[in-house]
Amino acid sequence: MEKLRATSSLRRSLKSILNRQLSSISEIRYLNGKRSCQPTFSLIRDYKSLGEANAIRYRCFSSVSTVVQRNPSFSTLNSDDISYFKRLLGEKSVIQDEDRLETVNTDWMRKYKGSSKLLLQPRSTEEVAQILKYCNSRCLAVVPQGGNTGLVGGSVPVFDEVVVNLGSMNNIISFDKVSGILVCEAGCILENLISFLDNQGFIMPLDLGAKGSCQIGGNVSTNAGGLRLVRYGSLHGNVLGLEAVLANGDVLDMLGTLRKDNTGYDLKHLFIGSEGSLGIVTKVSILTPPKLSSVNIAFLACRDYSSCQKLLMEAKRKLGELLSAFEFLDIQAMDLVLNHLDGVRNPLPASMHNFYVLIETTGSDESYDREKLEAFLLSSMEGGLISDGVLAQDINQASSFWRIREGVPEALMKAGAVYKYDLSLPVEKMYDLVDDMRTRLGDLARVIGYGHLGDGNLHLNVSALQYDDKILEQIEPYVYEWTSKHRGSISAEHGLGLMKANKIYYSKSPETVKTMGSIKKLLDPNGILNPYKVLPHSLDS
Amino acid sequence: MKIMVAVKRVVDYAVKIRVKPDKSGVETQNVKMSMNPFCEIALEEALKIKESGLAKEVVAVSMGPSNCVDTLRTGLAMGADRAIHVEASRDLVPLTVAKLLKKLVEVENPGLLILGKQAIDDDCNQTGQMIAGLLGWPQGTFASKVVLDKEKQVATVDREVDGGLETLCLDLPAVITTDLRLNQPRYATLPNIMKAKSKPIKKITPEELNVDVKSDLEVVQVTEPPKRKAGVILSSVDELIDKLKNEAHVI
Ligand SMILES: Cc1cc2nc3c(=O)[nH]c(=O)nc-3n(C[C@H](O)[C@H](O)[C@H](O)COP(=O)(O)OP(=O)(O)OC[C@H]3O[C@@H](n4cnc5c(N)ncnc54)[C@H](O)[C@@H]3O)c2cc1C
Repeated sequence: MEKLRATSSLRRSLKSILNRQLSSISEIRYLNGKRSCQPTFSLIRDYKSLGEANAIRYRCFSSVSTVVQRNPSFSTLNSDDISYFKRLLGEKSVIQDEDRLETVNTDWMRKYKGSSKLLLQPRSTEEVAQILKYCNSRCLAVVPQGGNTGLVGGSVPVFDEVVVNLGSMNNIISFDKVSGILVCEAGCILENLISFLDNQGFIMPLDLGAKGSCQIGGNVSTNAGGLRLVRYGSLHGNVLGLEAVLANGDVLDMLGTLRKDNTGYDLKHLFIGSEGSLGIVTKVSILTPPKLSSVNIAFLACRDYSSCQKLLMEAKRKLGELLSAFEFLDIQAMDLVLNHLDGVRNPLPASMHNFYVLIETTGSDESYDREKLEAFLLSSMEGGLISDGVLAQDINQASSFWRIREGVPEALMKAGAVYKYDLSLPVEKMYDLVDDMRTRLGDLARVIGYGHLGDGNLHLNVSALQYDDKILEQIEPYVYEWTSKHRGSISAEHGLGLMKANKIYYSKSPETVKTMGSIKKLLDPNGILNPYKVLPHSLDS
Repeated sequence: MKIMVAVKRVVDYAVKIRVKPDKSGVETQNVKMSMNPFCEIALEEALKIKESGLAKEVVAVSMGPSNCVDTLRTGLAMGADRAIHVEASRDLVPLTVAKLLKKLVEVENPGLLILGKQAIDDDCNQTGQMIAGLLGWPQGTFASKVVLDKEKQVATVDREVDGGLETLCLDLPAVITTDLRLNQPRYATLPNIMKAKSKPIKKITPEELNVDVKSDLEVVQVTEPPKRKAGVILSSVDELIDKLKNEAHVI
């Protein structure tokens, strides 16, 4: 009895800090579940009807008001459509219930809201193919949806598009222990794949804060980067094959499991990162690395940004083969996490530091790896690059360090309105932008910088009590112009979605965008797949 | 005053435990090992007492195979002054650990001996009580608060008991075992990790301490608890009633 009590009380008390995964999932579920009592709910864009019922004005998304018009060539749903889908999928997979539609119509940030009247939940590739074939023939617009954790308004309808959610296609098809190749359906939740592989002694080559909700199909469609990219590279390298359904219902079987295959154009890459605008990904084959037993995590403080940068260079050189994550956050981000998330404590409480860096190493020899990391950290400390730091002594401590870094998006959500920018920039220039934004915004809003320093990926966030045009005018187009001037990317990993569809020219040449338009036209002539997203609206006319 | 703290190396709390195929025990090969969480709390308490000026030295002790030294290094990096490693290749049962500790106490003469209330691997919850018995010292187990009075040489200990708190006054020297809510252990900072490298770890064997590590206990078999069956989502109340009646036979 005592034993039981003791163990369960230990479990209870450690739970909150122990499992960073758990807390991040439950957070997402919490937000999804209790929308009406969330203060942020009222912050959803006030969509202004401009007289015309079918126009939506995204006042605050860009400094120049953009008006998105519903494409009049799309049909609207009628009762025949509904009966068709019911016959095809069965009653249970055709959802018209208001509450459930509310969830799929609203994005994670509660910033974008559509008014779809229909959610379809296919269970097989054939069903997806039939759905698309029908929608294409009827000219019904479709939004492919995974876990709906996307951050650029790509995963929710803009108007009344039919939502096709892949959540019911969540089977693992095969796993080859020799090669580490996993084949699964697109609706598998990332975290479930991670735990499945864990039992087999493997890991997913990507990991991100939204793992409890996001689906592998969504990850592939957004070409998600995440926390381990510095080690395992992007999904363009790790995805070996996929199966996708085109707008007309044709199924492209590219589900290879070969590491090398140079036969013609490698079309699968078109579907990696095209955000559901070219087809619906239904199956994925992915190369997974073996799970190595020794993982070490250090949480460090740096005096200034240039130290963070030098530390990165040193880490790449001296930890080389072991380095599996190099993340940073500034004092403003830390402050936000400490103030808005329960159970999080600063591992370096003595005083606040300007920058925090999280370094993770993954290797196969516990004592060698640890010694190597310790030696690196101690010499960096002596050299003045690190002003203070802690090294996790157990998994619980490691999780609590990760919780801080992964908790930043959540903390930002809780703090009120947030303008998010996900930029690729040369590492040495990266933080200048944050400083510039602080000067521009002054007391108007808080500017927060964090991200995947190891990949040159800055998450620039502007946090305010509420959305305000005055703030937005100071940010856009300044941020985009700044990024373009430094030959950076205005979307490092989140994609363009609705938020940045019209901003693509800041990072891509007109000729490139035009070619993208031709590919879109070829694969989806009626433009039914995820309309208004990814490509600039000017291409439609 | 000197405080002695016993720390155990166990399979990390967050690791999913796997039973060895031959059912002789739990898999520990290639598994992340860490300091028992209750021992971390014990060490933290000792360090706090030292920092408040009521103790001069904190000595961490661990018993077991050679890599217990890693756990002791963690203890030293948290702030212990020195460490003792009793090297033993076989599994030690609580009574043996208590006997070994008694010998060390006789050499070191600490004013306070702090242990975790139990280790999360075998969940025995016996060592603290046994060593108190062997030494004839007073014991305060499951401590959730410890207050020392240097002048009177007593420790006041709040214990978590079912339904409330019990407050005990112990004459020093005494044995205290720690509960979860006693404190929040500190992290090992880089400067302290660096300092720990030069702190001494003394090795000693059970033979040198004149303790026979053979035990009368034998583990017959270790098995996993039965797997919980997956739940099902029912679509209607009628279906639920039907299942409760005809499958579960509870109504
Ligand atoms: C807390 C948090 C942390 C995050 N961290 C990171 C991070 O570190 N790195 C990173 O890159 N991103 C991050 N993201 C955003 C990231 O893009 C998504 O989390 C994830 O990759 C999207 O997966 P999803 O299943 O939720 O897709 P959704 O949000 O549902 O969809 C995203 C896009 O993909 C399309 N899509 C979805 N499924 C399919 C499919 N089967 N076929 C075709 N198109 C499809 C949608 O139409 C949409 O355009 C984070 C998000 C959150 C909320």
